Amino acid sequence: MDWETVIGLEIHAQLATASKIFSGSATRYGAEPNTQANLVDLGYPGVLPVLNRDAVCMAIKFGLATDCEISHRSVFARKNYFYPDLPKGYQISQYELPIVKGGHLDIVLEEGEVKRIGITRAHLEEDAGKSLHENFHGLSGIDLNRAGTPLLEIVSEPDLRSAEEAGTYMRTIHTLVRYLGISDGNMQEGSFRCDANVSIRIRGQTKLGTRTELKNLNSFRFVEKAIQVEIERQIEVLEDDGEVIQETRLYDADKNDTRAMRSKEEANDYRYFPDPDLLPVIIEEGLIERLRSELPELPEAKRKRFVNEYGLSEAVAAELTATRETGDYFEQAVSSQPNVSPKRIANLIQRELTAALNRDGLKIENSRVTPETIGELAAKIEDDTVSSSAANIVFDDLWHAGDSGNVDSVIEKRGLKQITDISAIETMVDEVIAGNPDQVEQFRRGKEKVIGFLVGQIMKTSQGKANPQQVNELLRKKLRD
Amino acid sequence: MHEATIAQLSQALQDRRVSSRELTEHFLSRIARLDADLNAFITVTQDEALSQADAADARLATSKATPLTGIPIAHKDIFCTEGVKTSCGSRMLDNFISPYDATAVAKLKQAGAIMLGKTNMDEFAMGSSNETSYYGPVHNPWDRDRVPGGSSGGSAAAVAARLVCGATGTDTGGSIRQPAALTGVTGVKPTYGRVSRYGMVAFASSLDQAGTLTRTAEDAALMLQIMSGNDERDSTALPEPVPDFSKALGSPWENITLGVPDNFFDDGLDSDNAQTVRDALSVFEGLGATIKDIHLENVHLSVPAYYVVAPAEASSNLSRFDGVRFGYRAEGIEDLTEFYMRTRGEGFGAEVKRRILTGTYVLSAGYYDAYYLQAQKVRQLISQDFARAFESVDLIAGPTTPTPAFGINQKTGDPIQMYLNDIYTIGANLAGLPALSMPCGLVDSLPVGLQLIGPHLSEDRLLKAAHYFQKETDWHTLVPPGYAN
Repeated sequence: MDWETVIGLEIHAQLATASKIFSGSATRYGAEPNTQANLVDLGYPGVLPVLNRDAVCMAIKFGLATDCEISHRSVFARKNYFYPDLPKGYQISQYELPIVKGGHLDIVLEEGEVKRIGITRAHLEEDAGKSLHENFHGLSGIDLNRAGTPLLEIVSEPDLRSAEEAGTYMRTIHTLVRYLGISDGNMQEGSFRCDANVSIRIRGQTKLGTRTELKNLNSFRFVEKAIQVEIERQIEVLEDDGEVIQETRLYDADKNDTRAMRSKEEANDYRYFPDPDLLPVIIEEGLIERLRSELPELPEAKRKRFVNEYGLSEAVAAELTATRETGDYFEQAVSSQPNVSPKRIANLIQRELTAALNRDGLKIENSRVTPETIGELAAKIEDDTVSSSAANIVFDDLWHAGDSGNVDSVIEKRGLKQITDISAIETMVDEVIAGNPDQVEQFRRGKEKVIGFLVGQIMKTSQGKANPQQVNELLRKKLRD
Repeated sequence: MHEATIAQLSQALQDRRVSSRELTEHFLSRIARLDADLNAFITVTQDEALSQADAADARLATSKATPLTGIPIAHKDIFCTEGVKTSCGSRMLDNFISPYDATAVAKLKQAGAIMLGKTNMDEFAMGSSNETSYYGPVHNPWDRDRVPGGSSGGSAAAVAARLVCGATGTDTGGSIRQPAALTGVTGVKPTYGRVSRYGMVAFASSLDQAGTLTRTAEDAALMLQIMSGNDERDSTALPEPVPDFSKALGSPWENITLGVPDNFFDDGLDSDNAQTVRDALSVFEGLGATIKDIHLENVHLSVPAYYVVAPAEASSNLSRFDGVRFGYRAEGIEDLTEFYMRTRGEGFGAEVKRRILTGTYVLSAGYYDAYYLQAQKVRQLISQDFARAFESVDLIAGPTTPTPAFGINQKTGDPIQMYLNDIYTIGANLAGLPALSMPCGLVDSLPVGLQLIGPHLSEDRLLKAAHYFQKETDWHTLVPPGYAN
């Protein structure tokens, strides 16, 4: 059977406001339990919510960046259910009239194909607290620091057709909210998480299959794995003449499977109704225009500009625009060396710098090597002062030296200046030919690939200083002789 | 001293003819002597009151006093009061000591008013007779076998019996005006949002409004002057500036038109009550007012609309009483469901449960459109009726209640009969309009209330009309038998 997968995502992005959405408490992560919860967050008798204006502005920015319609009038509603970490017995959310709706976002698939994903709506809501079930000797603990933290729930159309597409869409939204500065997107801290609605149908059918909802997926990898394993489960159920049940399922990362949490029959009736404590949110055109003018260059525009302006491939441009800071770093390096090929700079950032940042767990804005230094190093490769492989060594030294590193002095100290003296190279070539008779024989019998091994040997003995192009040419000449 | 009004006592305090300490001690001793038979107070804060009185006396010696500095008042137990039990008439909050002051409480405290205690009320303000209180019913000082009305019955009885000069109340469907009518005092429910709701335990958020129970309109003006105004903690508080109410009272009479809705004089209205109200209207005619018959097309739908909207909001507002963070918590619990069921089952009384059930039902999937949305549409229509009426009249006048005070236990078995007590008062809540009730006569030796309803933010006009009526009549000066001394 040829199955088609249909996926829609509901992404919860925590908004980067200084205080909570309806109270003045701080939203800082990791504070001692219940130290960032005031009487409003605790739902004390008589307290009232007051809307945080910054949260509204952030939601509008998201709407503008995704071509959504900004609602001139939106309404907060109460979602009623009982749980000990939900202090008021209801969550203030938006239901019938969300703040933004009807937009879209383009994502770039693996083959460079661009796909447009519909955004149904995005609405503001408050987060609940946290229940702690460990270390309480059979009791439960409640931490209300998170209660009232502002969330933007971004609901996509069911336009995604594979686990990979869902992952890409989630990454694209993640990049976007960080560009906009409306969320730190920190997944370990729960600032960015998602629920996935997954169904399958026989390809060609227009009617949607019965969906299941996968809850609380908090990493890109889990989103893809959970959806993939859920698709496989649904296919198995249907091919065994079974029926998919509409239900909420949890992904178990250890077992890599999903299991039912609650079915629709036992689902809560949330009894939504407009919250009488809050006035409808009225948004004037002037505010929308002001926020529009404050929007930064968005990832998509920047990616296209990098392709056109710097001659980068789509893939490289996508990588260098993954965060606003990476793009800024690249452009600073390029502008410090106008005569150096941007591709060469991009190359250094993608390989050496990214590896070092990952190794040390640093963000690019905290890089130990400045964009200007990267530019300088690229210039040294470009003018043949060092080979690319010697540049690796120079980079490592610069990285460890931090701010005190100077490209020229590292090259000098390490003696990594490229050897272009032909007689010196000739000596090394002769030595390699003499020391590797088997490989030389293979080459002469037509196994051309062996040349790479021989060049490598010379680069090794020269500590990367020999000019690889010269080595290659001379080696071939001598072997044919 | 207790025979004087706030306005008179304020003058006496400023003239140093009496001290706040003397006043406070006097009223505290009246409470000690007389409240056992009335049950108007849940908490009496004697020590705090006396120290506040001393502070007020010190302040009166400076130039920083306000008209309320040194005046003993009481708060309905729905208002949060820092460090003092705030029970809302419920077992659920019997152990709740509020960590903060409601905005209205804080404003009165800053003005120097002395809090003598917290008054009894129907549980969570749900009731029209003060019989749903966990702390037992309040008795009407005019006849202790009768109810004082509700839900602000403790405040009304305390003011009527001269246990206190004035008291705060809240009015969601008539909870200030109805008890004011039944106890012969002046009760004012301002425009929705005029007084901040912050710190008032919520019953039905879109209807709740704080106000006053006093002997006269002049006294109400003094208290409301302090209580009113915008509050950054309440998004529904009105930003409009507060006019000088006392100045409005003192301004010369202007001829106004009073609209009298024919639908307020229906079969449900006791005929003696009706006659008393009509006599009161002729007092206004004597002042030069024009009386105009009007018809409010949809006002007969106000009780059913109210009993959808108010329970719906209440069912959600009362969800926070779950025993997790404050209030009553059942003992010996095994699991979460049992925790909720027993805590809420034991903490709430029957009327509160009835309204939570009703409210939950009307908000449920499949019923929301037929009940909640429909009720909101009716509410719109009722507001429009009032708005149309106010195009041709300045104020609307009529009865506050269908009958004078009824007997304790007389209506407890029939919620519909109980709910119909608010038939004339609910409209003003649904439309968010300011309204008041003041004594206008006696029927069978029991007080009868005249209700005035005004357009949005017309408190000054309402108070002035009431003040001029009280200058012409002396119903507001009548003391319940046995409470003169």
